Amino acid sequence: MSGFVSIMRREMRLAFAAGGEVLTLLLFFVIVGAIVPFAVGPDKELLSRIAPGIVWIAAFLAMLLGLDRLFRADLEDGTLSLYRLADMPLSAVVAAKVIVHWVTSALPLILVSPFLAMILAMDTETFWRTVISLLLGTPALVAFGTFGAAITVAIKRGGLLAPILIAPLCVPVLIFGVGVIAPLGGPDQATVAMLFLAALSLTAVALSPFAAALAIVWGEE
Amino acid sequence: MSIEDTPKMSWWNRLAHPGFFVQWTTPLVWPLAGITLALFALGVWYSFFNSPADYQMGDTVRIMYVHVPSAWLSQFMYGMMVVSALGTLVWRHPMADVSMKAAAPLGAVFTFMALFTGSLWGRPTWGTYWEWDGRMTSTLIMLFIYLGIIALWRAFDDKLKAARIVAIFTLVGAINVPIIKFSVDWWSTLHQPSSVLTAEGSKIAPELLTPLFIMLFAFTLLSITLQLISMQTEVKRRRVATLERKAARGEAA
Repeated sequence: MSGFVSIMRREMRLAFAAGGEVLTLLLFFVIVGAIVPFAVGPDKELLSRIAPGIVWIAAFLAMLLGLDRLFRADLEDGTLSLYRLADMPLSAVVAAKVIVHWVTSALPLILVSPFLAMILAMDTETFWRTVISLLLGTPALVAFGTFGAAITVAIKRGGLLAPILIAPLCVPVLIFGVGVIAPLGGPDQATVAMLFLAALSLTAVALSPFAAALAIVWGEE
Repeated sequence: MSIEDTPKMSWWNRLAHPGFFVQWTTPLVWPLAGITLALFALGVWYSFFNSPADYQMGDTVRIMYVHVPSAWLSQFMYGMMVVSALGTLVWRHPMADVSMKAAAPLGAVFTFMALFTGSLWGRPTWGTYWEWDGRMTSTLIMLFIYLGIIALWRAFDDKLKAARIVAIFTLVGAINVPIIKFSVDWWSTLHQPSSVLTAEGSKIAPELLTPLFIMLFAFTLLSITLQLISMQTEVKRRRVATLERKAARGEAA
């Protein structure tokens, strides 16, 4: 267990150290959200109607952008090979990375989402729903993303490939994520969406470390 | 006659040899192609001359005889890929790699055909080329998954390594496809409660069903024939690559 904690601590330090990408990712998230009004016009009514979708798309894109750094740096400096030789199974290492990746790339987005909510003219209730749906849905995005990063780590120029592979698999997360916010079929549908979103996240987080570890091992052989 | 004490190799193991595979399947290709052609001739004759036009949709209903088999094959080929992926991961069967690789472009083409004929059919009957209907949307995502798999194949230099990675992705995709299907249905039924497709499905007249079944068989046999041919091509392609490497080594030394 100490190995698990020390890997988490290492990842955390790397993410927040100089050259870490947390701030860049945050900036990207905010800019994507802020650029939409330029494309669709500053109509407040329209913006507040599509704001949840914009926030979700911005979060989704920010997630995809951060994927490549997940295993690539570890592969290049040899850390990944050491992880494979370590006592603890590789899936546990991946699980530690999944948790830290969520804390360093999803949690900050949720923390700055009030800013986006304000400039996109969201009302308070929608905003809280958005926060809940992001909290429930981003673990699934991170889990799928980790799997995609693991699959493409063996490819020299795999940076663009992971988002292409992962985006179709993330469609249910987006659907249920937005379903939590804007329940078209009435309020009971929001609960349904919430439960499905939570189920997706739990399943994906539980299974993805094993699939990702398998992909890393077979990719390196 | 001497007593054999070595265990006899099963046909399954012998099939693992690429050379044997090509040797065994080559005689199959021509008869299969012949049956496919005959079925297509029959099916096309039925669908154009021996089946009534729909009382609502008119002659456009004949698009169904291409559309439905394509949609069926887009799922059939993914099933083929899943079985091959299991073959790669569980048995490390060499031909499973080849089968998985051959199935991906075929599946993508059939999925694209299902979407294309569907939108051609949708224009006169629904008045639109594209509708965010549950089935269409999940078929579109299916196409993206196929294209992603093809891109993944192309990204690797080492085909053996690629096979195992693609196999993992194919299996994860197979777990995901029902979830996607379900979520898209949930999502789009909220948007449009009644869909033209679901209302029509079960009420197909037997006169329309005969050509449909013939075309289904024809298309399925076509896909199997094409699968065998492209597997053989892949085996030969790998052989050529090996020979080229050998030749390059020989010249360098």
